[in-house]
Amino acid sequence: MEADAARLIGAGLACFGMIGAGIGLGQIFGSYLSAAIRNPSAAKGQFGTLIFGFAVTEAIGIFSLLIAFLLLFGG
Amino acid sequence: MAAEAGKQFDPVRQFDIHKMVDIQVGKYDISFTNSSFMMVVAVAAICLFLFLSTTKKSLIPGRFQSLAEISYEFVANMVRSTAGRDGLQFFPFVYAIFMFILFANIFGLIPFFFTTTSHIIVTFALAMMVMVTVLIVGFWKNGFGFLKLFNPSGVPLILKVLLVTPLEIISFISRPLSHSIRLWANMLAGHIMLKLFASFGIAMAVGLSGIFKIGAIAPAIMTIALTPLEILVAFLQAYVFAILTSVYLNDALNPGH
Repeated sequence: MEADAARLIGAGLACFGMIGAGIGLGQIFGSYLSAAIRNPSAAKGQFGTLIFGFAVTEAIGIFSLLIAFLLLFGG
Repeated sequence: MAAEAGKQFDPVRQFDIHKMVDIQVGKYDISFTNSSFMMVVAVAAICLFLFLSTTKKSLIPGRFQSLAEISYEFVANMVRSTAGRDGLQFFPFVYAIFMFILFANIFGLIPFFFTTTSHIIVTFALAMMVMVTVLIVGFWKNGFGFLKLFNPSGVPLILKVLLVTPLEIISFISRPLSHSIRLWANMLAGHIMLKLFASFGIAMAVGLSGIFKIGAIAPAIMTIALTPLEILVAFLQAYVFAILTSVYLNDALNPGH
């Protein structure tokens, strides 16, 4: 198999990592929503934690996207 | 697609560094590049914004003074809630990091401007600054008690030696890595996506024939939709970098969980 072909296949495989990030993000926002509907007044105070949790979970998905981009466009 | 796309559609060329003023010291190349220029622009913009908006010093702030005060309070509340009152001595550090990353990220979104934080060396330098500060502060304030960070209470000794302490050490060493790569990968991926969708639009408008050229509207709409997302990501990544800095500083000031 040529190196170029292997790179493209690898880039496609690397995108599987974003499955986990998607599930994790759904978990975070889902649990925030269900708790916020039960206790709306306490929800505002935890919004910062929500955004922080979103960002660190999204980062893992972006790490896998980074591998895909490095394989596609890297030198 | 990657290899033969045509050089003008290459989404990675936007990250090239061009020297503006060539400066060589011995065998070190310390030229003033487009990256350094954008860093200077970001710092100048921050200073101008803060100086000009607080000239009147009125008790009831006008619009710009409000903006400056809001940014100050936002970061101050963040530092106080994660690092406690002792952490406030590091407020200038965290505020500088937050504003620099925010302005650098936002300026990168302006067309034809360069994103400094899209290079790993820039974000790694920032993360190493944080790590070195944490180490120095940790050992200064707590002496060798700082190593209590790797010695959590309530764990049986055999488990501690075999599993917990090596894991804690590895996770501590990987902090600057994840700290820097998070910001870098977000900026890199965002800008590559923007450039990619824009190049799809141009390729469709040029390559398709006749009535099908109208199809180029789809990638154009995608680019337009991505831009507010990238603005949100710019702000979010600055916030996450700053809040993680405060969390690590809290680890240095009060080690042992």
